[in-house]
Amino acid sequence: MAELIVIDRTGARRSLDTAEGWRVMELLRDQGVGVEGLCGGACDCATCHVLVAADWAGKLPPARADELTKLDELPDLAPNSRLSCQIIWSDALDGLELTLAEA
Amino acid sequence: MSSRPLPSLHDETVDVAIIGAGPTGLFAVFELGLLGLNAVVIDTLDKPGGQCAELYPEKPIYDIPSWPVITGQELTDKLLEQIKPFKPAFRLGCQVTHLGQRPDGRFTVQTSQGDVIDAAAVFIAAGAGSFTPRKPKLEGLAAFENTSLFYAVRNRAEFAGRDVVIFGGGDSALDWTNTLVESARSLTLVHRSERFRATPASVERMRALEAAGRLRFVQGDLAGLDGVGGVLEAVRVKTSGGIETLAADRLLAFFGLNIELGPIADWGLDLADGKQIKVDTERFQTSTPGIFAVGDINWYPGKLKLILSGFHEVALASHGAFKIARPDEKLRFQYTTSSTELQKRLQVDAPVDAPVDALAPANTIAA
Repeated sequence: MAELIVIDRTGARRSLDTAEGWRVMELLRDQGVGVEGLCGGACDCATCHVLVAADWAGKLPPARADELTKLDELPDLAPNSRLSCQIIWSDALDGLELTLAEA
Repeated sequence: MSSRPLPSLHDETVDVAIIGAGPTGLFAVFELGLLGLNAVVIDTLDKPGGQCAELYPEKPIYDIPSWPVITGQELTDKLLEQIKPFKPAFRLGCQVTHLGQRPDGRFTVQTSQGDVIDAAAVFIAAGAGSFTPRKPKLEGLAAFENTSLFYAVRNRAEFAGRDVVIFGGGDSALDWTNTLVESARSLTLVHRSERFRATPASVERMRALEAAGRLRFVQGDLAGLDGVGGVLEAVRVKTSGGIETLAADRLLAFFGLNIELGPIADWGLDLADGKQIKVDTERFQTSTPGIFAVGDINWYPGKLKLILSGFHEVALASHGAFKIARPDEKLRFQYTTSSTELQKRLQVDAPVDAPVDALAPANTIAA
């Protein structure tokens, strides 16, 4: 199975199960790494804010307008910030590495 | 079954204190009201609706029974309309800081605004917890909070005649920019980009005010605050051209909201996973009799975090609350379609073909 790597807020590195077509937020939420996903993927709460590893930055589909406007509201926005609810998992993302942003 | 007068905002004694004004909390007012129980609803947000109103007011919801599509705000408005006959008291913009049980079994609910509410039962309908403002991670920030730096507007007069800087690009930031510009000495809106989440009409209005020289818009990031003893003197903004220093004595920061369980964690209730309250599925009662948990905040085997689950849960919890609030009365299970008592509570006219109340004198029966 293709693998999603996440570095949680304690700094621990975990390999997560994946499922084609799922939102990455859902993968994180359901495997208990501490992502709330409060708005359920509506791009409205930013509780699924992640930082994408440098070598993956250019390989993900670009953020759409509603994701960008939500990201712009965050006080701790980084150049590699994404909302994981807006990234749809496909096996092409095998090995994707994300760091959870501070809550 | 007696129905007591409904509370005004200043009453401190109610049948049920509902913590959380989201769809579940609002519908609880209805189910309690049908049983003749009154309620006060408390929420940290300054408006009812919870996540529906705060996070996705304009987004469509497709799984509310009988509503093929309804937005978060429309659902909130419909619920407020539905509970109107029960005249619930609202305490908004405040958090429940303390929940205690008295020796006589009643509960004391204290809020961050100093309210003390005496309730026979408590419904915790707090969703994922309390919304709290997302704060920039900036050293020395705390010294300015509530004196010069605010995350919400509680009192507009606080900003009158002041040099105000507002951060943010959403509706709160733009709405307050367009409002406070009327009374501020000067106003500068700062946002990271030219992209705004706020409704286009608010952005247009801000741009018109900018063009008229009534306010400034600066694109940049918060870099620092200058001032002594909590008195703000200037806000430093990192722009593409370097650091710009804006003279300011009031700062409003709208960086969205975080969610946290908050004081609920300290009330001695059995929790699942440390953040959901365990309940039974007969009455949705917690480990403390008299305290019920409904909606997204609760957990039981098979729990689904759906609005419709919350609606079901409050109907059963209300029956549980009745037994506590009216221990000497028998609960008569009735339907709104046929019960003149329920229709009276709902302040609707009984349909003309309604069956005549069995207890009514015989001579009132139409020939």
